[in-house]
Amino acid sequence: MSGHVFHPGHHDLHGITVVVETSGDNTYVGRFDREDDELAYLKDVGVHEAGSQSWGEYLDRTMLYGVKVDQRDLVVPRAEITSVRKLTEVAGR
Amino acid sequence: MYDPRLVQPMRDETVAMGLEELTTVAEVDAVFANHNGTALVLVNSVCGCAAGTARPALKQALSHGVTPDNVYSVFAGMDKDATQRARSYFGEDFQPSSPSMALLRDGEVVTMLHRHMIEGRSLEDIAADLTAAFDKHCGTTV
Repeated sequence: MSGHVFHPGHHDLHGITVVVETSGDNTYVGRFDREDDELAYLKDVGVHEAGSQSWGEYLDRTMLYGVKVDQRDLVVPRAEITSVRKLTEVAGR
Repeated sequence: MYDPRLVQPMRDETVAMGLEELTTVAEVDAVFANHNGTALVLVNSVCGCAAGTARPALKQALSHGVTPDNVYSVFAGMDKDATQRARSYFGEDFQPSSPSMALLRDGEVVTMLHRHMIEGRSLEDIAADLTAAFDKHCGTTV
């Protein structure tokens, strides 16, 4: 049963906790689900807004304590996305 | 909730490696209300993206020379009340994720391996994180 996946044929980042930076004020941290030509779909998403807690502190706290979920499902227009990286590659460990 | 018949092999896998399944709130409280020593809790999950690596990584880590006094599992998405109660013993700062693993010493979380520290990583790397935590926190108290 190890390695069993109920949802084969998924995107490479499917199920991975990612940091999605956008051209707007928000950065999203959540599990990447899928994408199509126009949209990226995330699950269990924490939202960092520019001007609140510092970006680095937010990501470091998220790395340490986990994602504090603000939205269960979130759809982000791909045109607004400037980067998608794994949380573990962005936040300090 | 998934079909229990599909999930049973994932439960069996943890029992076979020596984990005690906690399926009710009463069972969780009986273990953790006044827990002394070290304990690891696997928050099990059906998600193959991460749990499919988490379980064998834990199995490998438990073959290490230094291990927690007790090892338990709760099953997120299946035994919801027991899982929620177990998480209450982790402290309110820790956000829920599954699969995840919490190492506790005398009732306090000393290491938490969140889902994001498991997904996409190799079995060996996860096991190495666990054995490092075991070495640090589960050795003989002086």
